[in-house]
Amino acid sequence: MTAETLLIRGGTLIDVTGTRSGDIAVVGGLVADASAAPSSARVIDASGCVVSTGLVDLHAHLGEPGDEAVETMTSGGRAAVLGGFTTVLAMPDTMPTVDTAAVVEHIRSLAQSALCHVEVAGCITVGRAGAHLAPLGELANAGVRFITDCGSGVQNPLLMRRALEYSRPFELTIAQPADCIELSADGQMHEGEWSSRLGLPGAPAEAEEIMVMRDIALARLTGARLHFQTLSTAGSFAIVAAAQRSGVPVTSEVASHHLRLADADLASYDTRRKVEPPLRDRSDVQAAVEAVADTRVDCIVSDHTPQSTDRKERPFDHAEAGSVGLETALAVALTQNISIEHVLRAMSWRPAELLGLGTPEQRTITPGARADITIINPQESFTVSTSSSATTGTNSAFEGEELRGRVRATIVDGHVVVDGYEVTR
Amino acid sequence: MGERERSGAPPYGASFVSRAEVMDAEQIKRAMKRMAHEILERNGGLDNLVIIGLQTGGVEPALHLVEALEAIEGTRLPLGTVDVAFHRDDIGLRPVLPEAPTEIPVDLAAKTVVLVDDVLFTGRTVRAALDALHDFGRPQSVQLAVMVDRGHRELPIRADYVGKNLPTARTEAVAVTMHSVQIGEMVK
Amino acid sequence: MNHLLSIDELSEADLREVLRITPSFAEVAQRRIAKVPALRGQTVALLFYEDSTRTRLSFEVAAKRLSADTLNVSVSTSSVNKGESLRDTAETIEAMGIDAVVVRHRSSGVPSQLTKWVDAAVINAGDGWHQHPTQALLDCFTLQQQLGDLAGSHIVMVGDIKHSRVARSDVTALTMLGAEVTLVAPPTLLPPAVHTWTARTSHDLDQTLASADAVYLLRMQSERQNEALIPDLREYTTLYGLTAERAARLDAKVPILHPGPMNRGVEIAADVPNLDQVVVVDQVRNGVAVRMAVLFLLLGSSTVDLPVESHSPEPRVAIS
Repeated sequence: MTAETLLIRGGTLIDVTGTRSGDIAVVGGLVADASAAPSSARVIDASGCVVSTGLVDLHAHLGEPGDEAVETMTSGGRAAVLGGFTTVLAMPDTMPTVDTAAVVEHIRSLAQSALCHVEVAGCITVGRAGAHLAPLGELANAGVRFITDCGSGVQNPLLMRRALEYSRPFELTIAQPADCIELSADGQMHEGEWSSRLGLPGAPAEAEEIMVMRDIALARLTGARLHFQTLSTAGSFAIVAAAQRSGVPVTSEVASHHLRLADADLASYDTRRKVEPPLRDRSDVQAAVEAVADTRVDCIVSDHTPQSTDRKERPFDHAEAGSVGLETALAVALTQNISIEHVLRAMSWRPAELLGLGTPEQRTITPGARADITIINPQESFTVSTSSSATTGTNSAFEGEELRGRVRATIVDGHVVVDGYEVTR
Repeated sequence: MGERERSGAPPYGASFVSRAEVMDAEQIKRAMKRMAHEILERNGGLDNLVIIGLQTGGVEPALHLVEALEAIEGTRLPLGTVDVAFHRDDIGLRPVLPEAPTEIPVDLAAKTVVLVDDVLFTGRTVRAALDALHDFGRPQSVQLAVMVDRGHRELPIRADYVGKNLPTARTEAVAVTMHSVQIGEMVK
Repeated sequence: MNHLLSIDELSEADLREVLRITPSFAEVAQRRIAKVPALRGQTVALLFYEDSTRTRLSFEVAAKRLSADTLNVSVSTSSVNKGESLRDTAETIEAMGIDAVVVRHRSSGVPSQLTKWVDAAVINAGDGWHQHPTQALLDCFTLQQQLGDLAGSHIVMVGDIKHSRVARSDVTALTMLGAEVTLVAPPTLLPPAVHTWTARTSHDLDQTLASADAVYLLRMQSERQNEALIPDLREYTTLYGLTAERAARLDAKVPILHPGPMNRGVEIAADVPNLDQVVVVDQVRNGVAVRMAVLFLLLGSSTVDLPVESHSPEPRVAIS
């Protein structure tokens, strides 16, 4: 499909270099100076909007291969671009798991049907079983940059050490969900006043924080690149910040639902809000928002985890965990009054940098850069409704809530895939 | 206990506004005395009689009747109360809770029960009371004594002993204490 | 009141109202015909996912005394059904036209979830560790019978508080009535954030019993010793059981309660249940009356604001 010629007019341009107002053009799939746009260029009206480098999601479960009834690359891709994401890192907890180059290639071909770029994450261990290292060199040669076992992560400290050491020559980032499963045991929600009141077993904050401490020590020992997935407690953010100050190359992300919802929001036992790690208490939510604003946390992710209704319409302690998030992550962050510059840092250029997408110059809105662009109206509100969402998952932790900040247009590789707040392809 | 049902009945949350007093304390006392004599005459004495007041409006009148009868004959009759909340035929239509437990102090078999209420209106409360009584046994007979009969019967129920016959319009209200009977209306 | 899911959702006025009208329902049991037509034509479904003869029978008798029809829904507790869609079961029952569902389930929150899928009134008969509201109501009623006004009285609750829905419901209810509650248990059997509960805690049963006006024993399940919560049952009984010696030291007027079923020899010594001050039988009897009151309030009353006379502010004036 030939790329369109576009003129994006009247917006405020924000990228890693700063904020400026002005028009910008897209020619041949690349950003160009506004003057380079011919009069036949399609005009994208960005008045009142922010024009940013495309959003990059470091954590989404796209369903395919293995769980197509719940989500596919097609529906997940539509959800992604509606949420402003031009690139999504697909998690490897698929069926089959991503522990060989062949599966990486297979997923890349499936990803052709997605409207956004899909990067493929690999597994740390074969089959995510936590026993044997996956062929990390082979995965790296196949273009994988992030590896994670998802789920419970790597519990065995010796295996984690080996993985960190072995990964070093390949410029792989080891990503770990932080959880000591023996401490969190049967925890269904955060252990605290609310788990006590609701009569549900709880997972203490320490179950996450102890793993954070452990793996930082191992990262320090091995010198490898470590990234913590979906951190949720004030303690975790503090521990990571201290490690960063002392020079350990560790990064982290926070899921958008942890920026807004707390354990008190489970009072009605709404299983759509059952997530892992669980919703923590209000002070942790406050700490998460502050950690984004002061850059102690590097990225905001969607942790998009679609589930079918039957997996959620069960007693709370038997319901599957997870919430969809691609279409709401940006709006949640903005609704929590985090400044747009900080939100875009956490959702665009920082995750792009961690993923190694292009060169630093290519991650800006300057002539010659790849035209992955997100146009956002920070004032536009909408009510979350999964029945009218692109994702086929019906489980949103924000169902029925009004959020502020909507994606007006999304451009992937110079193609307009969202315009007027709707998918156009 | 007065009767409280149906359209035409006063709006919820209204209060009573009096228009006129139809019986003063002295008249009420004389009426009770007369009814006591009528009960005695009709039943040829106090043998096997039980007085039972309907919660809540019939409780005090029942007590006064027992005292009036004691003053005449020297015998204090057994006195009970019955709460008909469970037997109402409009259950599920309105919030009505039992005011107090039902207390029937004697076995009702072979007894003549004199049910006592303050106002007889549609007759539905008395019907419910008859049902309730039969949970306690099978009385020989049941008679009805009321302080005021205001008409508008909807069931074939009649009082054996009446303190005062008081014709009323449906929309009117009647307020009864042992010191005064007043007619008026419910106003929101 | 549309449902009874949790004591937390009752106001003090609601709670006192239930206790106030319960004697009227207790009286029905004394009648020659122990039945009133109050709920005639209404159907109460008993949805018991967890086995519980005592509570289920209690609700069944309560419903029948009010002339309601009962529908026993036996749900297989095999692990195959653990993940079965709650919604399917709920909608099946609803389709049969019921007015109330009494539900007991191993998982906290199920009654609350059910209210989304049925129009009927939902009554929680015990959900996981969360709440057992009718138990708390009958416990309060029983304690009032024994002690009168509960304001200022010291109720001691002993046992596995952490996993107890009875504890959660009773602490809230008793505190609303002005009682002071002390929870006695080893630290591993107290719930997280127990300092946010409206009760004191203690690990010394003997010291706490000295000032108790009533003692409430919770059942100690043998499984807990396999979960590293207590070393073994023997140690539990030594430190926290109501042994014969401890019972002997109690004033004879101090009532002893238990939600049942009892583990004789564990939380209560084998012969102690025979003491007069053990009021478990009263609890069971009161349970039927309290459940009648609850069913009556939920089904016998209406939230529809039909024209009705006001109750005169003066108790002796009847308006008709």
